[in-house]
Amino acid sequence: MQSERTLCTLLVDDQLYGVDVLRVQEIIGEQRLTPVPLASSRVVGLLNLRGDIVPAISLRGTLGLAPAKPGTKCAHVVLRTRDGLASVIVDAIGDVLEADEARFEEPPDTLSGSSRELVSGVLKLDDRLLLELDVDRVLAVDRRAA
Amino acid sequence: MDEETDELLAEFLVESFENLDEIDQDLVSLEQTPDATDILQRIFRAFHTIKGTCGFLGYETLGAVTHAAETLLARLRDGAMAYDAEVASALLRSTDAVRELLTVIERTKEEGSDEHLDLIAELHHLAERTAAHDAAPSTDVQLQADDDAEPGPRLGELLVERGVTTEADVAIALVRQADLGDPRPIGEVLIDAGAVDPEDVRSALSSQQHTRAADATLRVDVSLLDSLVTLVGELVLTRNQIRRLTGNDGVDSTLVIAAQRLNGVTAELQSHVMKTRMQPIGAVWSKLPRIVRDLAVQCEKAIRVDMHGQGTELDKAIVEAIRDPLTHMVRNAVDHGIESPAERVAAGKPEEGVLTLRAFHESGNVHIEIADDGRGIDVTKVKAKAVRQQLITEDQAARMTDREAVDLVFRAGFSTAEAVSNLSGRGVGMDVVRTNISRIGGTVECDNHPGAGTTFKVKIPLTLAIVPALITRGGGERFAVPHANLVELVGLGTESSRAIESVQGAPVYRLRDRMLPIVHLNAELNLTPPASDTRRSAGTIVVLRADGHEFGLVVDEVIDTEEIVVKPLPAHVDAVPVFSGCTVMGDGDVALILDVRGIAEVAGVLDPDGAVNANAETTTTESNSTADPVLIVRVDATTRAALALDNIERLEVFDPTRVELAAGHPVVQYRGALLPLLDLSATVGAATQRDSSDELVVVVYADGHRSVGLVIERVVDIVEEHTTNYEVPYRFGVVGSTIVRGDVTDLIDVAALVDAMPASFAALVNGAIQLEASDAV
Repeated sequence: MQSERTLCTLLVDDQLYGVDVLRVQEIIGEQRLTPVPLASSRVVGLLNLRGDIVPAISLRGTLGLAPAKPGTKCAHVVLRTRDGLASVIVDAIGDVLEADEARFEEPPDTLSGSSRELVSGVLKLDDRLLLELDVDRVLAVDRRAA
Repeated sequence: MDEETDELLAEFLVESFENLDEIDQDLVSLEQTPDATDILQRIFRAFHTIKGTCGFLGYETLGAVTHAAETLLARLRDGAMAYDAEVASALLRSTDAVRELLTVIERTKEEGSDEHLDLIAELHHLAERTAAHDAAPSTDVQLQADDDAEPGPRLGELLVERGVTTEADVAIALVRQADLGDPRPIGEVLIDAGAVDPEDVRSALSSQQHTRAADATLRVDVSLLDSLVTLVGELVLTRNQIRRLTGNDGVDSTLVIAAQRLNGVTAELQSHVMKTRMQPIGAVWSKLPRIVRDLAVQCEKAIRVDMHGQGTELDKAIVEAIRDPLTHMVRNAVDHGIESPAERVAAGKPEEGVLTLRAFHESGNVHIEIADDGRGIDVTKVKAKAVRQQLITEDQAARMTDREAVDLVFRAGFSTAEAVSNLSGRGVGMDVVRTNISRIGGTVECDNHPGAGTTFKVKIPLTLAIVPALITRGGGERFAVPHANLVELVGLGTESSRAIESVQGAPVYRLRDRMLPIVHLNAELNLTPPASDTRRSAGTIVVLRADGHEFGLVVDEVIDTEEIVVKPLPAHVDAVPVFSGCTVMGDGDVALILDVRGIAEVAGVLDPDGAVNANAETTTTESNSTADPVLIVRVDATTRAALALDNIERLEVFDPTRVELAAGHPVVQYRGALLPLLDLSATVGAATQRDSSDELVVVVYADGHRSVGLVIERVVDIVEEHTTNYEVPYRFGVVGSTIVRGDVTDLIDVAALVDAMPASFAALVNGAIQLEASDAV
């Protein structure tokens, strides 16, 4: 039964993305964040998740998209990574969908810039495209700085 | 291997590694005192234990090495040969070999291929050197005697030895026990007979227990202790949260009392759990005599190591963190500090150099000193070297004081060794030491006595996991500043433009007689204060110390001082040098912890030029803060407070039976009037119930015709400190704070406390209810 994959879908800048549902710890609404001055812009802040301090990473920033308009609603997708929990900020959460492994395709060459590396596959849905995100790459830790 | 053997093996490894560390130390001290048979016995026994167990587990090489070492030791013990450097080296090499074998066993459960035949042959050869004319008694016979562990000293003997009781009394007590069938332990019998003070028995018992430590202690997995610390951390956070919730007006008083009890219990639990992680510094030091010995032999110097305060305890994590810096400083002292025997004799010193390690606790910190009686640091040489390495200019060198010049040894890329030896002097020395020590919130300074020696003084906090911190606000966010770096607080008036001046473009503040370089938190962190912020206050200068430099950090507001649980920054946040971690505040929000050294570095106030500027002569002593004498009192077990001395009339001690009730409030008759009593513990402290039979320590506070007696636990001190007034009282009855010996202490506003009491109490304070009225009670 390797052929089925379950994805949690997210919406950022009207584009549908998907992450492996097994990597998702939980989905939470807007949170009070503590900004980290001098950190890179994709780190929006820190949030307290029941005593764990979790960094909130902007998916827009990571994908090189324009920042959301102030006041726009957002949601947090808390993901499990090798370096502990990290939350990704998205515009909205979509459905959970199951898809046949065989229906995934290589990302097209037309995808440019930083998002090319972060997208591991493309799924053609009836009316639109879904880009599957490589969680490890999206939340890669810059070891040089450490 | 079956499970049982596995367990046995694990235990054997732990014990053996511990034994080896002791053997190393003992072998080195044996060189100083070759006649100390007890040390020799201990080494012998340690080797024997390893040999015995590995025989059982079937490790042949290990058995052969320890057997050979043991044979040699048996010869030494019998006085058949002398303990000289050659023997010492061979024995030390055998501990190395054993350690190596054990490490391989730990990893693979096998012994590996190195059979250490050379070493075994050498050990045998040494043992036979004198064996020819003396048939050695069989080792096994000797062992029999050794295995009979001598019991610890008996309590009676111990007490007589300490001179707190007489032999006759002990004899009588023994007779009571033996002949009259008194079932009680001897200590109790002696106390009952009035032959000894209970305190003496207690201390003798604890020292007796010390010799039987094996029975009273338990091996616990470090990960279990770590998780306990984490849990206590969570508890502290919850406690802070509850404290905040119950601090509001109109909260049920029983809830407040329960919260205050929770507060006290949490504090105690925290200190106990922290103690479980404490390790004596001896754990690090034990390796040093060996290192010094090997180095000394290598550079042909004679060096003795003196250690004081090996029992000084500090957090395990800190013990690990200071291991390398300490080793480095000791190596430096041996290599650069202490001269060769010839040089020493020429300078009129004894041939043997002394390296002194000293550790002690002082005001929440551990102090470690590494002192040598060598040549000291040659300031001229240091300056010349620094100029040559272009660390400073000739001009700067000329202006530098000796102290500043000595501080150059901590600069990156500095090395004074004329010839780079393989021991030290690779130029990656003292700057790394200082960086590593500041990383754990510590400082290192150097006292130099040219010709007479150098002392490196290290100061580190006791623990890292939960630390007291000052919570400040900048740009609408809260930032925690660890108390370890805190010097004092200075309130800035409303006309800040006059208070903060500019010297060569750099902002400075005149603090008493010196110029303090100023760093604006908001500017460094690109923060913008919230637009709604219409407070007229120009903020507070938090005076901080990093690497021996003081500077002032201007924050918008000082909020409170709180115990914070230090958590690392998540890995996904790029390393930002100005933050050392983060913490969860009482309201559940995350706050960042400022790395004082990092912020000083980013702001450039550690720059030597900046330091020179800061030291520029100034004669003005104008300052915004006030230096009023304050009385420091201990309110209860957990709270300290400061009271302005101006209005304090007297300190009195009242017998609790003198306390009466007037209008429902406790009062005492005092100088022909009623003095209402206000227990500070109930208002600003942890609401501790005082023992009803204890005498009451009372501070008589008078302001004009108003007087009130403040009940406290004891008076700590009177100090003259600069206090900071808060713009908005952040906690009820507190007007400001002062720093006393590094701790932030709240300054109590007595008038506000009285005003908050019921009107009938205020009437008592105002003297409106006269003595006659108390007859009604």
